[in-house]
Parts: sequence; C-alpha cells; structure tokens
Amino acid sequence: MHIVTSAMTVPENVVTNDQLAEIMPTSDEWIRTRTGIRERHIATAESNYSLGLSVSQQLLANANLDATQLDFIIVATMSPDYATPGEANRIQAAIGASSAFAFNINVACSGFVYAMHLADKLLQNGHYGIVIGSEVLSRLVDWQDRSTAVLFGDGSGGVLLKGDEAAAPVVDLLSLGDTDLSLKAGGEGKYFAMNGRAVYQFAIREVPNSIQRVLTQAEMVPDQIDWVLLHQANARIIESVAKKLQLPPERFLQNIADFGNTSAASIPMLLHQAIQAHTIQRGQQLVLSGFGGGLSVGTMLLRY
Amino acid sequence: MTNSEVFNKVRDIIADQLDQEPESVQLTTNFKQDLAADSLDIFEIINEIEDQFDVQIDTDEPIETVNDLVEFITAKA
Repeated sequence: MHIVTSAMTVPENVVTNDQLAEIMPTSDEWIRTRTGIRERHIATAESNYSLGLSVSQQLLANANLDATQLDFIIVATMSPDYATPGEANRIQAAIGASSAFAFNINVACSGFVYAMHLADKLLQNGHYGIVIGSEVLSRLVDWQDRSTAVLFGDGSGGVLLKGDEAAAPVVDLLSLGDTDLSLKAGGEGKYFAMNGRAVYQFAIREVPNSIQRVLTQAEMVPDQIDWVLLHQANARIIESVAKKLQLPPERFLQNIADFGNTSAASIPMLLHQAIQAHTIQRGQQLVLSGFGGGLSVGTMLLRY
Repeated sequence: MTNSEVFNKVRDIIADQLDQEPESVQLTTNFKQDLAADSLDIFEIINEIEDQFDVQIDTDEPIETVNDLVEFITAKA
C-alpha cells in the first residue's frame, strides 16, 4: 500500500502553558523542560466526529476521489464521542461512502500504527481506504491534576491509502498488558491517571527495541531510515530514543511543542505537516512508532 | 563486584547520561543540586543501571545522591 494524501484538523482554541499556570500550580518553564510542550489545542465547539469528518473531507478533496470508491474507514481513538455509533461509522454516512465498511479501534497512542497495519491487510490492489487518528483527550483530563493536565491536547490526522503490489510494510506490534494500571483513563476514575516513572521507563526501553526488531526484519540499519515519526508523548522520550538508536535527533520529527500529546492523532498530524513542508519526500523510508496505553507499542517501516 | 567497581560503573553511566565529566560525579553528589538533573534524567539513569547491572530498582524512596544508587545496587547483589 502507499499513502496517496494526508490531512489534519485541530480545534480552534489554543491554550498556552502560561494560561495553564493561571489555573494550576505549574509554569511554562517546568512544562517546556519536562515535556517540550508550549501550547495545545482544546476542543470547544468541536467533537471527535467533527474533527475526523473534516480530515476525511480534505483527503477526498485532495485526491479528487469520490467517497463511493472507498472500501473502508478506520478511526483510531481512545476518546470517542459515543461508545456507539463510532466516529468511523458517522463519517461513513456523512461523506456518502456507500461501499465502505467502517469501525473505530482503540489501542491508545499506538492506535494509528495498528490501524495502518490493519489497512494494509484489508486493502486490495488498486483499492482505497482511509485511516484516521482522532482524539478529544481534553474530556479525559482532570484539569485540577497538574501531573496530567499539562500533557494532553486534541486533534485529528489521517491518510488516504491505496493498495498496490509493493511488499507489506514491516511491523512490530507489542502488548505488555498493564497489570498495575500504570497508564489509565476512563473507567471508575474517569480521568487520566499515570505512574509517570513506570510509563517513562517503559517507553525509553521498549520503543528502541521495537524499532530495532523492525529494522532487523527488514535487514536495514538505523542509518538507512530517513525520518522517524514517534508518537509525540514527550520530547525527552524522543531524545532518549534517538540516543539509544545512535541517530541524530534531527531525524526525529517533532511537533509536540504546538499540540501536546494527542494520542492516536499525533503520528498522522506529524506526518501531514512534514509532507506539506516537503520535509518528507517520495521514496524516503519512514519509521512510525506509536506507544503508550495498553501498554502497547506499534512500529511500522513505510516507504512514502 | 566491589563497591568501588560499582561506583565506577555508576559514575560512568551518570556522566554519559548527563553529558558531564566523570570527575564531577562523586558518592556525595546530589543529582538535583549538583548536576541539575531532573526526575526524568534520574529515570533514564535508573533504566541504564537496571539494564547494565541486571537489577530492579523498584522503589518509592527518592534517589537523591549517587550514594543512594550505589547502596541500592550493592544491596541487591
């Protein structure tokens, strides 16, 4: 499969670190040095569905494709508007994708990569499908809890994919089942709750291992990767992974400063911006790696 | 491994992680005050130490000085 085009949509309302410092004991300096985040977009009038719908409409318009040509729509999200109907289903109806089946999946911050892997398995040669990562995490955040409130943002990104005869992208999908519930949201507590140390150590240990496994399977060395697109959880994690893989940090794309941690939306948003900026060129080798709740990791080697 | 061998290895891990000269890392060195290391730096150092010494540093006790780390490792050995 290959990416035909990409798109993203974020809520209009921007909340800066200074604005957060007005409502909780934190500071711009603390947030920036610990996480790399400067500001994030927070939904007010927007819903997960409206963000995802906007992405879908842009994808079809960019590719000049009729919705009836889509085989499927997959939305990766951990913050759906409803338990049912899912965003994917509502989008399917709204855009008139009369031939498409549609479903949401939830693998938290690994969701987009898992959805891309599914899409690769579902796509027939010459056929089309949409994969979106879309989140309104602000509704899962306890705005009194500075340990989590500063981290998360809302947004949506996606790609239009076409099936082709290229070899399936190499993937590594890992589940570590979170017995201690070190990263949870929803459920009885409703809000995000995280054992920061356990989650940080999981990420800096497992992500480089996962990327290494993909490279070994692809018979490649790290230096052959053009760009690494990690889930934008924390700039310090990204730096640590770069160091572990002995790759220059410039090869690790980042936009966490502007959007915070947008879970399943973070990779497609980053991908779209880099494509738009012509940073990512056709033919280049990309490593996408999502990681987080589950605890899960999903890594994919993809040629753009 | 002797205490001083443990210290040498820990010192090198810390120096590498924090981009410091090994000489600036002593047993009494305080991570936050002397090395300007924050909690995330300490998590990374612990990770490296767990991997290299094959130990689990499962503690809620704060790790404030290099000596705290060395004591942990020697207690587990």
